[in-house]
Amino acid sequence: MDDFHRPQICGVGVPDGATPHPAGFAGCLPPQGGKDSSVSLAPPLHSGGWLRLSPMNRRRLDNFRRNRRGYWSFWIFLALFVLSLCGEFIANDRPLIASYKGELLFPVFIDYPEDKFGGFEAQTDYRDPIIADEIAAHGWMIWPPIRFANSTTKLDPPTPFPSPPTWSLSEKQCRAALLAHARGDAAKLPPGGGGCGDLEPEWLGTDADGHDVVARLIYGFRISALFGLILAGVSSLIGIAAGAVQGYFGGWLDLAMQRFIEIWSSLPQLYILVILSAILSPGFFVLLTILLLFSWVGLVHLVRAEFLRARNFEYVNAARALGLSNAKIIVKHVLPNAMVATLTFLPFIVNASIGALTSLDFLGLGMPPGSPSLGELLLQGKSNLTAPWLGLSAFAVIALMLSLLIFIGEAVRDAFDPRKTFS
Amino acid sequence: MSAAPLLDVRDLSVAFRQGGALHTVVDRVSFRLERGQSLALVGESGSGKSVTAQSLVRLLPYPAASHPSGEILFKGHDVLKMSDARLRDMRGAGVTMVFQEPMTSLNPLHTIERQIGEIIALHRNRVGSIRERVVALLEEVGIADPTSRLSAYPHQLSGGQRQRVMIAMALANRPDLFIADEPTTALDVTVQAQILSLLKDLQAKLDMALLFITHDLGIVRKIAGDVAVMQRGRIVEAGKTAEVFANPQHPYTRMLLAAEPKGPPPTLDTRAPAVLTAENMRVWFPIKRGFLRRTIGHVKAVDGVSLTVREGQTVGVVGESGSGKTTLGLAILRLIRSEGAVAYLGRGLQGLSRKRMRPFRRDMQIVFQDPYGSLSPRMSVAEIVEEGLIAQRSPLDAAGRREAVARALADTGVDPASMDRYPHEFSGGQRQRIAIARAMALDPKFVVLDEPTSALDMSVQAQIVDLLRELQQRRSLAYLFISHDLKVVRALASEIIVMRRGVVVESGPAEEVFSAPRSDYTRALFSAAFALEAEPSDIVSQ
Repeated sequence: MDDFHRPQICGVGVPDGATPHPAGFAGCLPPQGGKDSSVSLAPPLHSGGWLRLSPMNRRRLDNFRRNRRGYWSFWIFLALFVLSLCGEFIANDRPLIASYKGELLFPVFIDYPEDKFGGFEAQTDYRDPIIADEIAAHGWMIWPPIRFANSTTKLDPPTPFPSPPTWSLSEKQCRAALLAHARGDAAKLPPGGGGCGDLEPEWLGTDADGHDVVARLIYGFRISALFGLILAGVSSLIGIAAGAVQGYFGGWLDLAMQRFIEIWSSLPQLYILVILSAILSPGFFVLLTILLLFSWVGLVHLVRAEFLRARNFEYVNAARALGLSNAKIIVKHVLPNAMVATLTFLPFIVNASIGALTSLDFLGLGMPPGSPSLGELLLQGKSNLTAPWLGLSAFAVIALMLSLLIFIGEAVRDAFDPRKTFS
Repeated sequence: MSAAPLLDVRDLSVAFRQGGALHTVVDRVSFRLERGQSLALVGESGSGKSVTAQSLVRLLPYPAASHPSGEILFKGHDVLKMSDARLRDMRGAGVTMVFQEPMTSLNPLHTIERQIGEIIALHRNRVGSIRERVVALLEEVGIADPTSRLSAYPHQLSGGQRQRVMIAMALANRPDLFIADEPTTALDVTVQAQILSLLKDLQAKLDMALLFITHDLGIVRKIAGDVAVMQRGRIVEAGKTAEVFANPQHPYTRMLLAAEPKGPPPTLDTRAPAVLTAENMRVWFPIKRGFLRRTIGHVKAVDGVSLTVREGQTVGVVGESGSGKTTLGLAILRLIRSEGAVAYLGRGLQGLSRKRMRPFRRDMQIVFQDPYGSLSPRMSVAEIVEEGLIAQRSPLDAAGRREAVARALADTGVDPASMDRYPHEFSGGQRQRIAIARAMALDPKFVVLDEPTSALDMSVQAQIVDLLRELQQRRSLAYLFISHDLKVVRALASEIIVMRRGVVVESGPAEEVFSAPRSDYTRALFSAAFALEAEPSDIVSQ
């Protein structure tokens, strides 16, 4: 009874002269079972490409693709997200590659001390005209399209901060800026006194601290999207686990956790956030943890309900009768049911998380000062109503990001709609 | 109106749009029905009989469904071209329907009075007060003490009573045509017999036309004057019921008529070694009341049942729904908590931990009723069948498990080449075979069969019964066969236990119990189930 083999049965079923199957199972089959044990009955495993999808998932994928808006939103969001992850190569205050005195340098990856170029600081400021001239004299530099990182302060702005986009400046402002840049030395001006085309371009101007808005937006998008995805991912993990345990085991455990969740979710979130951010100095992970404390509750009810429903399915009972452990039954049989509901909600949870981070930043309770955040940019837009490029560009990016996510969410929801999946 | 028949269906087709393709579900069906007549549409699942019935009152999901051809003339007017307002008038007053599932057909939030009263008020042919009408209707459909039942909610009624309420609702406005879509399928045999005789009486009394949809040929013989046999959307044979049954022309009809579970059960052998013994099994669910949730009593689902299942023998457990037969099966496998002693080959199972229980799980398997619910839709057939091997720590490697799965499938009559497909691609009968293969893959000695044939078509039932018997003979399996279907039990069981409300009413060798039932309850059960077989022109019981 304790080992798998039944000696009295093993070996009986192999007909004389038959070669045992290489796996050695043939003799252990019930003798009545196979008429000819030497013939392999199982069809060969077909390897269907890199992604083997069940028919149902394939149909879901097709449904998702058929929703053009959601499908394109998904790709646009993915492209924007990947681009923002490569933000250092798009907006940076150091060149991608530089050649100096025959040596190939990669300032994006490596911090070169300034004494390499004849200066004395620990870190090289490649935007410094002296260093730039020095490198230009002995080699070349390839810059990213935007020569600002998120915290690069613009020197010699054409107007006091926040300064408007360069394309909106008048010729007179540009010439004044060029002159200031050349420290009043008219000889250094480009021929003909120069115009706006000779200024370093500021596509969306700078904010009140002299940071380039485009760079801030790229890095802000990255932080928001990362924050939203991580928060949604971790809170789903916790929520699913809690809901699964509650729903599957039920009884007293369910009751106790349910009461705990009711109390927990009735705590005044905002006050606790204010108090906590006064005690702890808020950063990315501190904020993540604080928001996580409350956001995991969202999915629990959903998952619990799905588990309560699914634990009495006949195939779950059948799995019990086969002797599967609880953990295996949960993972293999019950969880897939709950996953549909969870996946459907995920884009909306990401949205809510991004919204939460942005609003905290807007209230000044979020990320530490100086870090690129869309909420902080909105706040600056509010306090500098005369600089509409701040508020407008932050608004545009947030609206775009949230809309894309909502469109994706709708498409996912439709794709998982059982009426469409099974029709 | 005298010239045109009450209902004249000509060349009716129904097609469903699915994805881009158009699937014809009903193909050029024609039939007529006069007042006072009764017609039965018979066929197996998927034959299009329900769809035909629903299109008579345009109840199909319409943008998806369409009628490529045909017309439905009700009193000379084409239902398919009727305006919505006239259609509403016709539904509920001219034509009414009763569905299979009485629980979901009634709104759980409304009282009986309100549900029936609504129909009467809606079609405004009220005579006297609505309440009086409702009481009269309830009396008509045989609900005892109707006045006190007016304020009852659907959940407070039994299945049979709910179906009676549904019938009362359908009769409220004295329809000309009464459509009954498998009205007794969800009911116990005893209740089924009552409902059938009620319908028959009412039809004669009210001079209605009755369109009866069913898969059960026994019912057809009892209730319908005419019969139309449907197969894959077509009427393959139609005529007077007696003639069709006596002299079936179409091979499909003949197949249906012959498709009763037949064959002898294993002969009773009391000396065969006992595989499983259960002694004084009790499953009591506490009833808790009040703030402190004190236990004030128990629902005795299973109360003091003892049985012995021997090698190569089948113990049949029969009884109405709610009699505790399924609970007993689950308790014996220790899938729910119970009291009393269970022993497998002499070893006690009660109190074993999940881990200690696992090796026994391999020898004790279960097959469930619903072949759609018992297979996980997200796993391929191979994954489903090999799951037990993995859970039992089988030493086989992946290729070996695949081979074992293939053999189990071949054993149960499923093509092993289809093992990488998913359950929804199989028919109900094939799915049940897969469920049996899952149990057989572990090479068990004892199998609980929990109504394995109830959800299947008649012809498939017979095949599954044959398969189960064949497996039993080859592997000398011990079966505990739970069913409310006495015909199936008779074909399989060597011993019988009749249960009612958790206790054993009667038990003994199958032959004895079937030929000479001792208790009144058993007699009532048998007469409800076999009464139709008593007729002389009986082809089925050959």
